[in-house]
Amino acid sequence: MVAVLLVIWQITASVGQLGAVPTPVEVARALLAIFASGAVWEPLGTTLAGWAISLVLAVVVGIVVGFPLGTSRLAYRLSVFTLDFLRTIPALVLVPLVVLLYGSGLESTILLAFLGAVWAVIMQTIYGARDVDPTALQTFMSFRVRRWDTVKFLLVPTALPYIATGVRLAAAICVLVTISAQVVIPAGGLGEQILTAQLGGAVPSMYAYIFLCGALGVGANAAFGKLEGRALAWHPSHRKVSA
Amino acid sequence: MQATKTPVLEAVNISKSYGEKQVLADVSFSAGEGEFVCIVGPSGTGKTTLLRTLSALGTANSGEVRVNGMAITRPPAEVSVVFQDYSRSLMPWMRVGKNIELPLRRYKLSPAERTTRVTEALRDVGLEHAKDLYPWEMSGGMQQRVAIARSLAYRPQVLIMDEPFASVDAQTRADLEDLMLDIRARLGVTIVLVTHDIEEAVYLGDKVIVLSGRPASVSATVDVPLGRTRDQISTKSRPDYLELRAKIHAMIMQSPSSVSG
Amino acid sequence: MSSPFARLIVPALLPIVLILAWWYTSEGGSSIFFPPLSQIQERFQELWLFALVPEHVVPSLQSILWGLWISIVLGVGLGVLLGLNGYVATAVNPVLQFLRYLPAVALLPLAIQLIGIGQEMRVTIIVLGALWPILLNTIDGVRGISPGLIDVARSNRLRNFDWIFRVVIPSASPQIFAGIRASLAVSVILMFASELLGASRGIGYFILEAQRQFSLPEMWSGMILLGIIGYALNVVLMAIEYFALAWHRKARI
Ligand SMILES: Nc1ncnc2c1ncn2[C@@H]1O[C@H](COP(=O)(O)OP(=O)(O)O)[C@@H](O)[C@H]1O
Ligand SMILES: [Mg+2]
Repeated sequence: MVAVLLVIWQITASVGQLGAVPTPVEVARALLAIFASGAVWEPLGTTLAGWAISLVLAVVVGIVVGFPLGTSRLAYRLSVFTLDFLRTIPALVLVPLVVLLYGSGLESTILLAFLGAVWAVIMQTIYGARDVDPTALQTFMSFRVRRWDTVKFLLVPTALPYIATGVRLAAAICVLVTISAQVVIPAGGLGEQILTAQLGGAVPSMYAYIFLCGALGVGANAAFGKLEGRALAWHPSHRKVSA
Repeated sequence: MQATKTPVLEAVNISKSYGEKQVLADVSFSAGEGEFVCIVGPSGTGKTTLLRTLSALGTANSGEVRVNGMAITRPPAEVSVVFQDYSRSLMPWMRVGKNIELPLRRYKLSPAERTTRVTEALRDVGLEHAKDLYPWEMSGGMQQRVAIARSLAYRPQVLIMDEPFASVDAQTRADLEDLMLDIRARLGVTIVLVTHDIEEAVYLGDKVIVLSGRPASVSATVDVPLGRTRDQISTKSRPDYLELRAKIHAMIMQSPSSVSG
Repeated sequence: MSSPFARLIVPALLPIVLILAWWYTSEGGSSIFFPPLSQIQERFQELWLFALVPEHVVPSLQSILWGLWISIVLGVGLGVLLGLNGYVATAVNPVLQFLRYLPAVALLPLAIQLIGIGQEMRVTIIVLGALWPILLNTIDGVRGISPGLIDVARSNRLRNFDWIFRVVIPSASPQIFAGIRASLAVSVILMFASELLGASRGIGYFILEAQRQFSLPEMWSGMILLGIIGYALNVVLMAIEYFALAWHRKARI
């Protein structure tokens, strides 16, 4: 099917039906060219670095903030509305401010992607921590299991699948925000390359970079989807997906 | 009982396999106009498979189903099905009235006529006042009544029912059984009802078709000479009723490969 | 804990505390990037109640609503078509997944190249991002329709029209709504991003201009406005969903 679509694209584009759209062969050639010339490595590295750092930050901060909010009912009630509000604000809105504060470099995209993704992890961690079976908790308490052991043997195993979902969502959001920020700021990486290629009239390489961005998104989601699947496999609990 | 005319519904040498596994072997029977036919057999014999074939929801590997003498290949207008799982056969997003109206929409009826049909169908099942309820606001027995009303609303000749009362409580079940007898008496529809409950089959049927064996075939067709008016208490204590029940029970128990479960 | 106090007041405490904290810390603050909240609020009232609404808010909302509407129509339409033809859906799935995870902002330069920088470009880019969550969720919802309902529809010989509009789409509507919610978030982002790159009106454009001129209170007022609009649209959608899916919520209890 993919092949069929490609063939259709090739034919219509080469007949000139699509205006300024290049044929897939041209795009593939451009893709090869940017790899062959090595032009791709630096932007790809920038994008991957921005993505990885923001993801790690989002996951760590998300879990650290989410756990206490999920285990205390009062804290949950206090924060639920605020969290709900904050997570609907798109991180990209902060672009103009972040650019003023941190310029158009890696820090800016990391900060934006972190701010975009951290909510998903916080929310999923909260869901996970709140999902602890009250009976199990009472059992643990009646046996006077130590606090730390309760966390280790009850809280973490219950919350892990939810957190895994949060990490997958965060990984996808980080790709999205990192690349988006790189386009609009522009702040280096694959995102800026798309813009540069367009401005320089290098249409096939623009498509090649767009393709890479898509591949990155699909790849991140697939990889972390696998991870999530594993976390769910040994813990057959139902999950709530929020985003 | 009324054999002379063309049967309304007729199954002729139906065989059906799922892959390697044969479920039905040469099943034949017929139902005359206004007749109440019960098909009994233990769980897993292939009753649902047979009903799906009768209503053309499923296809047989060989044999044919005839409605008024004509072989059918698609769900015919003359036949309506009431499914076992009422909770999944009504649309939860529609009120009862809309649920019943849904099949009517394909016919060119005036809005007034449509409303009348819905009202009549609801009256037929004793739910005059339920039109504006949602299915999930009702008990299981009421939901099944709505499903029956939906089938009656477009006035089919044959009502096919697959263990329609298997998941309601005993009292509701008795009420619904009497409702079906009443509907048959008043509207003259032919009813083909499948059940694994021998008592129910003998109580309701003019004719009981015993399905048994692996693959299943008709091991007996038993006429039930209990008359058309029946009563939960007096009919069920009649000696001939008890005798028939025991006889059919014995037939099913004897059949070589009937592993119930 | 489930007293009205706990349910309404407690969740409101934190926002109040945060706003007060912002208010007082920014009041004497020296950072030009974080102007006093009082000043932002003044500016907000001057600009957005409702002097600049026709010039900047209306076009932005138009882009979002048009983009979302087109996405819903296309997404549900195509989704039903693909969902009912499972083989086709499976065949095109890799393409759809690719398009879904492709950051739509990456398509902005392309859209600008092909369409220019008018309102059509912004609506187009919103559709290019918002279509996929709705489409994929609709396909899922349609494929998940219970076999029991398929039997009911066939044995009652429903017309195709009734089958699709009264059975298939309502049955898939919980998933469709989940898709629309995701798409709304995407739409707001794309409206903003597309206004940053190519617009002469709109909230995004206004914020960018304010930033370029170093008018920080204006910029902040625009950002806050955008946050409020995003949240408000979300609330409206949830309210619609709450009523439209009442049957779904209640049928499960
Ligand atoms: N779609 C199917 N594919 C394969 N086997 C089936 C299918 N449907 C039913 N069967 C098998 O056919 C047999 C008869 O099933 P069914 O007609 O549902 O029996 P009953 O309704 O009498 O309980 C069972 O052994 C069942 O496992
Ligand atoms: Mg069955």
